[in-house]
This record gives sequence, C-alpha cells and structure tokens, in this order.
Amino acid sequence: MILRLAIASLGARALTVAMTILAIALSVALFLGVEKVRTGAKASFADTISGTDLIVGARSGSVQLLLYSVFRIGNATNNVTWDSYLDIASQPQVDWIVPISLGDSHRQFRVMGTTTAFFDRYRYRQDRALQMSDGVVMDDLFDTVIGADVAATLGYAVGDPIVVAHGLASFTEHADQPFRISGILAKTGTPVDRTVVVSLEAIEAIHVDWQGGAQIPGRATPPDTIRAMDLQPSAITAALIGVQSPLQTFALQRAINEYPEEPLLAVLPGVALQELWAIVGIAETALLGVSAMVVVTALIGMMATIFSSLNERRREMAIFRAMGARPATILGLLVLEAMLMAAIGATLGMALLYIGLLILQPVLDGAFGLWLPIEAPTMREVWTMVGVVGAGALVSLVPAIRAYRLSLADGMTVKT
Amino acid sequence: MPILTLKDVRFRWPGRRGFSLSIPGFDMAAGETILLLGESGSGKSTLLSLVCGTIAADAGMVRVAGTDLATLSGRHRDRLRAERIGVIFQQFNLLPFGTVADNILLPLRFAPDRKRRATDARDTAGSLCRALGLPDGVMAAKAATLSVGQQQRVAVARALIGQPPLIVADEPTSALDAGSQAAFLDLMFAQVAAAGTSLLMVSHDPRLGERFDRVVRIEDIATVERPAV
Repeated sequence: MILRLAIASLGARALTVAMTILAIALSVALFLGVEKVRTGAKASFADTISGTDLIVGARSGSVQLLLYSVFRIGNATNNVTWDSYLDIASQPQVDWIVPISLGDSHRQFRVMGTTTAFFDRYRYRQDRALQMSDGVVMDDLFDTVIGADVAATLGYAVGDPIVVAHGLASFTEHADQPFRISGILAKTGTPVDRTVVVSLEAIEAIHVDWQGGAQIPGRATPPDTIRAMDLQPSAITAALIGVQSPLQTFALQRAINEYPEEPLLAVLPGVALQELWAIVGIAETALLGVSAMVVVTALIGMMATIFSSLNERRREMAIFRAMGARPATILGLLVLEAMLMAAIGATLGMALLYIGLLILQPVLDGAFGLWLPIEAPTMREVWTMVGVVGAGALVSLVPAIRAYRLSLADGMTVKT
Repeated sequence: MPILTLKDVRFRWPGRRGFSLSIPGFDMAAGETILLLGESGSGKSTLLSLVCGTIAADAGMVRVAGTDLATLSGRHRDRLRAERIGVIFQQFNLLPFGTVADNILLPLRFAPDRKRRATDARDTAGSLCRALGLPDGVMAAKAATLSVGQQQRVAVARALIGQPPLIVADEPTSALDAGSQAAFLDLMFAQVAAAGTSLLMVSHDPRLGERFDRVVRIEDIATVERPAV
C-alpha cells in the first residue's frame, strides 16, 4: 500500500517527475553507451589483426611499426632489404611470410604492395579471413584489389581503371601506368577497408621511370616492356610472419631483433596493440569519467527536485504522521520515491541504449568499422544500474533527512 | 477510567522562545464528547499535538487510554496514536493522489490491532462511507475529485475505522458553510455515538456547543505564555 501510494504521489507530480526520470535515463544511456563504445572500440581495435605472430620492419618503435604496417598511419623510417627478407623467410621457424610495401597512395587511400598470400594469411576478428565482395584477387601485374571503403568512397566497380599517385598526399601521379580493379574486398572494419592492394612487383613497375621522387623527363617505358623486366623489389616496408609453432615465436623474435646485417624490429601484434591501446585508452577513460559526472549531475538534479517538493508536501507528511507513521517512515518514503525514480530512469536509459544501438549499429560499423554487439546486458551494466539506484537512494537521504526533521518539528500542526 | 488525563503538563516550543503552555489538570471520560473552545493562538493545536504524542511534554503526565505518553519512546507514541486515536483536521485531510479507500485504510497500515478490529476493513470502510452519506462508488474515486464537504466526511470515516477509543478533531467544520456544518456534525455525531467513541473537538465557534456533553474554554484549563512582540 505504501509503495502504491508512493507511486501515486509520484504520479501526482508527473511532469517534474518525468523530467527528472528523463534526465536520469539520458545520463544512464550516455554512460552505458560510452562504456559500450569503449569496449566495442577496444575489441574492434584488438581484432584488427590476428593470426599473425610477428610483424617485422626496420628498427623503430613497436607502436610505430604497428601503426604504419597495420593501421597505415605514419611512415616507415626505413625499409627492410630484400636480402634480409629472404633470409628471414628461410628461417626454419617461419611457416609463412607476407611482405608489405607501402609509400604510394590513391586519392586519400594508401597503396600497399604485397603478395597474394596476404589474402590467405591476413585475419581479423579472431579468425575471419578476407572475402571478396566482387571480382577476384589480382592476377595481372596491373591488377589491383581495393578495400570496401575505397570502393564506396570513390564509387569504383570491378574493371574501373585507377591511377596511383607517387608518395602520399602527392599530386604527381603514375599516370603512365594505370591499374585495373580486379576485385573489391568485403567490409572488415579494419584498415584493410581503406587500402588499395597491388602486387609487390607492381610497386616496382610504377617506379621504373622514376628516380628520387620525380619522373625522369621524356622517359615512358611501355607496359609491355615493363612486363618483360625483372621486377623483384630491392626493399620492402614490413612483413607479417606466421610461425610453425607458437613456442618458437620468441626465439624468432630475438633472432630478428639481433639480426646482424641490418637493424630490424619484430613485434608481437597483440603486445603492440596493447601498448597502442594504453595510449589511446586514456581518452576513452576520460570520456567515461565525464559521462559518469553526467549521471551524478542527473542524480543531484533529482535531489533538488525532491528538495523543492518538500514544502508543498509538508501537508502530505503531516497526514502520514497523524495516521501514526513514524518519522522514519517519512524518511523511508522519500528514499523509496528516489529509488523508484532512479530505477525507472536507469531502466529507461537501458532501453534508450538498445534503441540507439539498433539504429546506430549499422551506421557505426559502416562509418568507423566499429562493431557494437547487441546482446543481453552484461554483469557490469547491471551493476551500473544497481549503482545508479543506490546512488539515487544516497543523494535522496539529504532531502529525506530534512523531511524527517520537519515532520518531527511540525507534528500535525501544519496549516496550509 | 478516563480516556484522557493531563496533569501538571508543561511544554515549550523549541526555537520559539517564550511560547509555552501549561495545563494543571484536564480529564475526559470514556465516551464523552467535549468541545474545546479557543481563539487561534490559544494553544489548541499544541494541546492536540501533545495528546496525539507528535510532541512530548517537557513535564507532567499525558495519559491516553491508560498509557502515560511520557513513558513511551517516540516510535511507541506513534504506534499508540495509530492504534488509539482517530484524527480529523480542519481541511486538506486526505492524500489527494490516493483513492478514498486508500485514505480511509491508511491508519490501519500503522495500527495492526486496529486493523484486526476492523475485520474486513474494505467492507467496513464502505459501510462507513454509506453511513456518512457519501455517494456509491466513492471508494474508488481519487480523493482530490471530492468536494471539501465530502473530503471531511471521508476524514471522519478514516478516524472511525477500527473503532479507536478517541477521536481528535481540529476545527473540522471551519471549511464548511453553515448548512453543511450542521449536516456534517449530525453525521459525525451519529457515527461517534454508534461507535461509542470519545470525541475531543477544537473550535472557536461557541454555537456548536449544544451538541456536546461538555464545553471547555481553553483558557480555563491552560495558561499560555508568549513573548511580548
């Protein structure tokens, strides 16, 4: 009966109560949403590359190597010579090795030279392989496979010709050797989506007439002549390695790091990803902190609402007192009321989160490659909601204790 | 045995320095109806609060239905009030958002013994409503939708449910017009008589006196000291 009366009392102040609940709901949805994005981003991030045991590049920092080899951010400070590459590839621990050659771009997208083994070996989101959404893997020297974002952004289809620019953000284009799109990759949510993949030889081919970053004037070797040339590269940017047995990973890593002929660096992708996350994650934590403050603000708003309602409700409390209610009952009534508001707000916030997820999930996946799973609330989310209700009870103690004092002092003598 | 005895009671409002009330002696027999006459500020409300135990006397004895309130803790005074006293205010008696039934049954929530006495509380409440001339189906109506006169009658039903030995009424007719006052008092007195309950009613209107067993002027039983303004 008391609970029913408390609900009826809330109903009598429907407008202010609804506003308060809405504020709590929005803040809870924001908080849970940020948490969702945070864990989703972290998972998406960790899922960028899998199945690769080591990434090898010229000696620099592990985060830098990861950034340019996997995320296509920044540049390699140095290359790995073809001899070193062959040497590493011949190591007994190496199961497979995929070379990567970077440095050119098409529009705003990076061009990556590699072998067709890349399409077999590259894995993301646990053990997912790259899939063709259209066309086939490159076959000819001047074939290219483009990522889903490249195709979508530039409106390309299989068979379209594209021209690769020399360097990055460059206006000098390799217009003399246009490529043909042989295939388009399905969306992965990884940097592969934003990559133009060509063969390692193609990277050499487009640089045949170039020297020191500029085209040699007057020279334009016809494609047929280029095809006949030896297009073995002299250097690559990085390589992905799979080992025979996981136990050998560290031995191979040490061997590469101590490679005598050339300063090289081998990193474990998982470790490097974590290092990188440690840097990126701070911003996410800050965001979470801010959204927690929003929840606190909403709860303080509720406290203010209860406070301002106390005066108009002195009569109600005097009635309860006259009927024999103890001051503690009055206190409990207000705390109960606050908990009801917080619980409804938190539940509504959770509902808002799911509605938001349903609407935004494809958008986020498409735009940012950020996959937010829609699943039953996690334990953490349930505890968050319990925490909101608990915090609501706690802040309501302030006005409730005031009501307790008022009801002791007023007795039954309030005249309104 | 008297239902109510006050002896050498002294009370001073905390904070309001100087306002104090002292009552050397006052008795009320079980089943008696008393009209307590006094102007506003004469200490009527303080006296009622003392009787109801929402405030505690600084000294002296307030005995309700055989129990000295001074010997009880706050929570036991609250329980005693719930069990033994039905309260009717001047106006705004009811929780506006509750139904009439909610309001009538509310005191039983805090008084298990009284709830047992009311046996089938909802039926009892319904027959009290009928006896007090409230329309059929009023039980399910929201209290806020009732007229002031109807609300006062619901308050009477609430005070009477479970037959507490003492009804305390604080100017219950002052919000009503003269015609309704008489009708209201007729109904209330009929029910109080039927239940055999004592009635302590406070008013500033001496014309109501003829219905009561006894009329007491507050200045005859109590002295109020107030600070010079």
